[in-house]
Amino acid sequence: MNYVNCGNFKTSYAKDAAIYKTVFSKISIYSFLILMLLVPFYANSYILYILNMIFISSIAAVGLNILTGFTGLISLGHGAFIGVGAFATGYLALNYGMNFYFVIPLAALITAIIGIIFGLPSLRLKDLYLSIATLAAQFILEFIFIRAESFTGGVNGMPVAYPTIFGIEINNDFRFYFFAYSFAIVMITIGKNILRTKIGRAFISVRDNYIAAEAMGVDIFKYKLLSFGISSFYAGVAGSLWAYYVQFITPEHFTITVSIQYLSMIIIGGLGSVLGSIFGTIFMVILPEMLRHLVDLLSGVAPFLKQIFPAIREAFYGIVIILFLLFEPEGLARRWNLIKAYWKLWPFSY
Amino acid sequence: MSALLEVKNIYLSFGGIMAVAGVSFKVNKGEIFSIIGPNGAGKTSVLNVVTGIYKPKRGKILFEDTDITNLPVKKRAKLGLVRTFQNLELFKGMTVLDNLMLSRHIFMNYGLISSIFYFGKALKEEVKNREFVEDVIDFLDLSAVRKKYVFELSYGIQKRVELARALCLQPKLLMLDEPMAGMNTEETEDMARYIIDINEEMGITIILIEHDMNVVMDLSHRVVALDFGEKICEGKPEEVANDERVLSAYLGEEKWV
Ligand SMILES: Nc1ncnc2c1ncn2[C@@H]1O[C@H](COP(=O)(O)OP(=O)(O)OP(=O)(O)O)[C@@H](O)[C@H]1O
Ligand SMILES: [Mg+2]
Repeated sequence: MNYVNCGNFKTSYAKDAAIYKTVFSKISIYSFLILMLLVPFYANSYILYILNMIFISSIAAVGLNILTGFTGLISLGHGAFIGVGAFATGYLALNYGMNFYFVIPLAALITAIIGIIFGLPSLRLKDLYLSIATLAAQFILEFIFIRAESFTGGVNGMPVAYPTIFGIEINNDFRFYFFAYSFAIVMITIGKNILRTKIGRAFISVRDNYIAAEAMGVDIFKYKLLSFGISSFYAGVAGSLWAYYVQFITPEHFTITVSIQYLSMIIIGGLGSVLGSIFGTIFMVILPEMLRHLVDLLSGVAPFLKQIFPAIREAFYGIVIILFLLFEPEGLARRWNLIKAYWKLWPFSY
Repeated sequence: MSALLEVKNIYLSFGGIMAVAGVSFKVNKGEIFSIIGPNGAGKTSVLNVVTGIYKPKRGKILFEDTDITNLPVKKRAKLGLVRTFQNLELFKGMTVLDNLMLSRHIFMNYGLISSIFYFGKALKEEVKNREFVEDVIDFLDLSAVRKKYVFELSYGIQKRVELARALCLQPKLLMLDEPMAGMNTEETEDMARYIIDINEEMGITIILIEHDMNVVMDLSHRVVALDFGEKICEGKPEEVANDERVLSAYLGEEKWV
């Protein structure tokens, strides 16, 4: 299986630009995707819950990575944008009784527009100043979630009904698995496509060197806004799925902590990498679960651990992020590439 | 010969410093036109005004007889005004190939939807522009580093990538800001060869800023010399080289060899 890459000469430029470049990687990725379809038949609902959270969160993480990792615009408002998607979903489903296949795109579109509006300061602001502006977006939106009671239910939150498809209610972890999984695959594929074309290159050019980008004819402001729009669209889809999954949303779900968690995900996974966003999500969803089990295990010896679990969790996040920034600043994606490169040359790995 | 670019009495200052003080010159179609002058003379500043990065306090820039003084930077590439930078300004996180493909940005017209599905128009245009890029890669002997990230490459190669990126924009006027700076003799000779080929075979007009006087003498059709932001001399290379004001401007400058 390691020989496949040796005679890897592309016969056309289209093939050279393909996402999966060898037959081997194509086969492995498709088999993996199909195997994933079998998981729910064997997993219990706890595992399914975790996987569903990973699907939903990875959509949002890819979105944030498009903005922050690829375009270089740090956003501290991603959590609130996810909230916009969630509340828009609740509102549309509750008041208009729309089905999810209208609600999700509409909610995502609304989120995209709001994202673009809050991206407008990027015309004048850069770096730290821009991230402060997105922090303002976070707080303004949180305020709206709480105050615009007729839309959001305010602090009491709002219920969201199950989505139905062909008369089937998606009302348990098992069914939701297929639902969220499909969305994750579609959104990640779209992201990959956007990033390997003209738009993705323009994003990176804005990140790496905006003066040169402009001299090459890239309309920087347009692409900054487009990046805000696409990133928020992803947040909207994730928020919408989340609303359908948890079925009850309150403003507390979309605080600055959530924004920071998403930033952590993409830093841990790897800025500027779609695969990294997914790794980061898996890591950040599983880590607190592991921690919880550890605390449960130790609580026999030290019962107070259970009480301070939330505090431990936050501190642990912080430590993990610092460790990554120090020792693996390019994230899990780079580790993965190193491992892949190692196996490609195995057993001659020098 | 008709003028491709006309710089008319431009002034540019930074705080108290007069970077450019009333410089005028014309660049004719098809020529290699060099700008020389000691460090801080205002050479790069003139390019920055021509490419629109800075707006002149006074004066005009005409390109193909159209006033472009107030045209935004991003629109100038489309007209065919293309430059390289004195201190490499590549997209470091992209491969060489993507850097060059980015230069084809303005030649691609497909939109977001087409890009989402990577189908039809997007695919067709990506391939068509890739072909153009590959020609430039061949021309500048970059095929070995095509898939390398820019930050992995040596300084000399990065300079060449920057030239390639400029060529991918199909310039009418190519402005090179010290393309040989920091290169060894062999790399310098290669670069000189490329510049001549670009000018003669592709018929691209070139503005060259260069400190290496041998290069300037060999390549240029005409030269303008600046000092303290002012034009002190203009003419054929040998005329400028023997001009008294030029000689005194360079007095004590070791680069005058
Ligand atoms: N962005 C800027 N801000 C402040 N001063 C500047 C700026 N750019 C240039 N200058 C000043 O303008 C003058 C001309 O600079 P310029 O870079 O045009 O010189 P140059 O001829 O290209 O020199 P070199 O050979 O060193 O590249 C210098 O005194 C420089 O310090
Ligand atoms: Mg200079």
